Amino acid sequence: MSSENKTKLAFAIVAGLLLIIGMAQSWSVALGIFNLCLISAVMALGVNMQWGYAGLLNVGIMGFAALGGMAAVLVSQAPVAAAWEAGWAKLLLAAIFFIATVIGTRFCYRKMSPGRHRTISMTAIIIIGLLLTRYWLDPAVASIEAIESAKTGFLGGMGLPIIFSWIFGGFVAAGIAWVIGKVALGLRADYLAIATLGISEIIIAVMKNEDWLTRGVKNVTGLSRPVPYEIDLQSSEWFINLVSWWHSGALSALNEADQAELLKQAVIESSSIFVKLCYSGLFASVLVIVLLLSVKALNSPWGRMMRAIRDNEIAAGAMGKDVTRRHLEIFVIGSAVVGVAGAMLTTLDGQFTPTSYQPLRFTFLIWVMVIVGGSGNNMGSVLGGFLIWVIWIEAEPVGVWLMQFGTSWMDEGNAVRIHLIDNAQHMRLFFMGLVLLLVLRFSPGGILPEVVRKRS
Amino acid sequence: MEAMTDIANAIVLLLNFIVVPGLSYGSQLALGALGITLIFGILRFANFAHGDTMAFGTMVTILVTWWLQSKGVSLGPLPTALLALPVGIVFTIAIMVATDKLVYQHYRHHKAVPVTFMIASMGVMFMMNGIVRFIIGPNDQRFLDGERFIVRARDFKASTGLSEGLSIKVSQGLTIVIAVLLVLALFWFLQRTRTGKAMRAYSDNEDLALLSGVNPDRVVLVTWILAAILATIAGTLYGLDKSFKPFTYLQLLLPMFAAAIVGGIGNPIGAILGGYVIAFSEVMVTYAYKKVFVYLLPGSLEPSSLMQLLSTDYKFAVSFIILVLVLLVKPTGILKGKVI
Repeated sequence: MSSENKTKLAFAIVAGLLLIIGMAQSWSVALGIFNLCLISAVMALGVNMQWGYAGLLNVGIMGFAALGGMAAVLVSQAPVAAAWEAGWAKLLLAAIFFIATVIGTRFCYRKMSPGRHRTISMTAIIIIGLLLTRYWLDPAVASIEAIESAKTGFLGGMGLPIIFSWIFGGFVAAGIAWVIGKVALGLRADYLAIATLGISEIIIAVMKNEDWLTRGVKNVTGLSRPVPYEIDLQSSEWFINLVSWWHSGALSALNEADQAELLKQAVIESSSIFVKLCYSGLFASVLVIVLLLSVKALNSPWGRMMRAIRDNEIAAGAMGKDVTRRHLEIFVIGSAVVGVAGAMLTTLDGQFTPTSYQPLRFTFLIWVMVIVGGSGNNMGSVLGGFLIWVIWIEAEPVGVWLMQFGTSWMDEGNAVRIHLIDNAQHMRLFFMGLVLLLVLRFSPGGILPEVVRKRS
Repeated sequence: MEAMTDIANAIVLLLNFIVVPGLSYGSQLALGALGITLIFGILRFANFAHGDTMAFGTMVTILVTWWLQSKGVSLGPLPTALLALPVGIVFTIAIMVATDKLVYQHYRHHKAVPVTFMIASMGVMFMMNGIVRFIIGPNDQRFLDGERFIVRARDFKASTGLSEGLSIKVSQGLTIVIAVLLVLALFWFLQRTRTGKAMRAYSDNEDLALLSGVNPDRVVLVTWILAAILATIAGTLYGLDKSFKPFTYLQLLLPMFAAAIVGGIGNPIGAILGGYVIAFSEVMVTYAYKKVFVYLLPGSLEPSSLMQLLSTDYKFAVSFIILVLVLLVKPTGILKGKVI
């Protein structure tokens, strides 16, 4: 089968799965899954840039997704004026001291010759700088967190529409990725993986503890939305007219009282579907933009250079390519895309909960998407994002159903049966691992492998 | 006299809150890091499934412990889990060897790059995690029984007359004793036996070892067996000391990696050293020293703040800050590790 037909077939299968879910469960559920598929696909595209184009093993995806989520809070929440007033001066001083520490350390590292003197002065600068930073930061944090800690207790955000956070989230993730990349990209593949895994945990730890910035484990709920609220839709005339037009066939067959009842029901149902459709439209536009840019980039001279570096760093270096810079570049771009997806996810959830970021869900699952979909192939990543998310969600009901079916010969109250059915949901981790191992073994390039153009 | 008691009190505080917890947590990390480092030295990849291997072994041990407890078997003052441990080890060995045959062997025969092994180990991690959660559930499980303390804080205060107490839990004492014995046995094995020497040779220079007639399949098999033993014991000791929760064991992967790398990956002594370095820095950086200073300094100099460098929630972050620093400053680790 040609690779184009294979792509079409694979996406047709995913569409079929979503249709089946829509008919068997409900359209609202199917749309909910579809929206998360779109976000997953964007995330997978970001990882694919790093791994598929450039061979960089970033196992810190969770951290960048969380940075995007934090951006959603920082953009959309209203600023807490009292907190700013209480803490801005000290916070500014702390920031100045911190930046001075970093610059001083760098200066020492650059200008002094390696040896004991340099080590001692660098250590001294770091310790004194951090103590000074803490000296100003601690009271600033205390005064910010003291202000209405049950309601706010943080600086708040910029009070802009949340959709701007998708761009801002990309920039935040890119900025942090630049710092991490500067530090960690020189490492060998497996060291880079472990280092990024650790850095992502540090990012989450910071978000959980720096209440003045993110409210920490108190979470930020009730984020604003880029789409209308269901409750507003249900009372707006144009929407009711739209629903009654859509259902006009079913409505005309009933008498007036039943009509009103059915219409009310339909309006409530449709409002939730309409909201989800709005999200789908937004997410799909982002996905299309990212995908188009990725395809363009991968086929450009820049993309060829990236693959050349991936396949043979030494040869590419010998041809005059600056491997370190290119690695940094792709690391930043890929992380930015993950950050955008993270901001979209928090927007969809309507809340930012640092504790919900767990490596299995936010790092390793995205990796399964990229590997199973096909690393180095953009369409493959999108497919992986869709397919794996559908499996991840549906493995739970299907697993429970299978367990019920498999144990139907046992007593209702049998302890083993209850245990099996209760814990069936955890089998989805098992299935994910199995899918990953099977694909890795029997189709190492993924479902849609990288297309290698042969020179004619 | 007053000054002497103050100093003694300060020392007891440090012993109680830093040395004892640091030693036991460090021993647990060291055993885990040894497994990671052995696999890295022989099979040459970073095994992401190690945390979940620990969870699996501990789970089997817990199940057997519960069964023994229901039969009324006990070890008196010691936890019953020690009796169940061999069963846990046997099951873990079985699953590790099976994983190797079903997953890793193929890539080894095809001389795959280490990254492929690593991604495969992520798949194994998912599957193991799923199995553990499926069988025992995602919640906290406690399985410690027998005596709780070797030294009780109250008794210590009564017998020494100090105002600070020292308490040592049975699980902490056991951890340290078992870790020492196990490490001695492991080093005897690696240094003195034929198979151990073959393993070290294989780790040092694969081609040369193969030319000298070392059987690679046997070396790999023994590596998995050793890793399974270490992982199960480390996991059980950690579970006895704190509690068993599948998610915590996944998180332990991070400090264990850090320990292995900080010490010098591929180097067993380095792994042990790294375990203690990580454990002690985690405990020391997050401990609030206020009380210690209150004892040591004259009243006028008493600190007003907690004197805590980082809040306890940054525990995991500490290990990684050290890891990143080591990777930047001395990438081979404290003791020279394998390859970079």
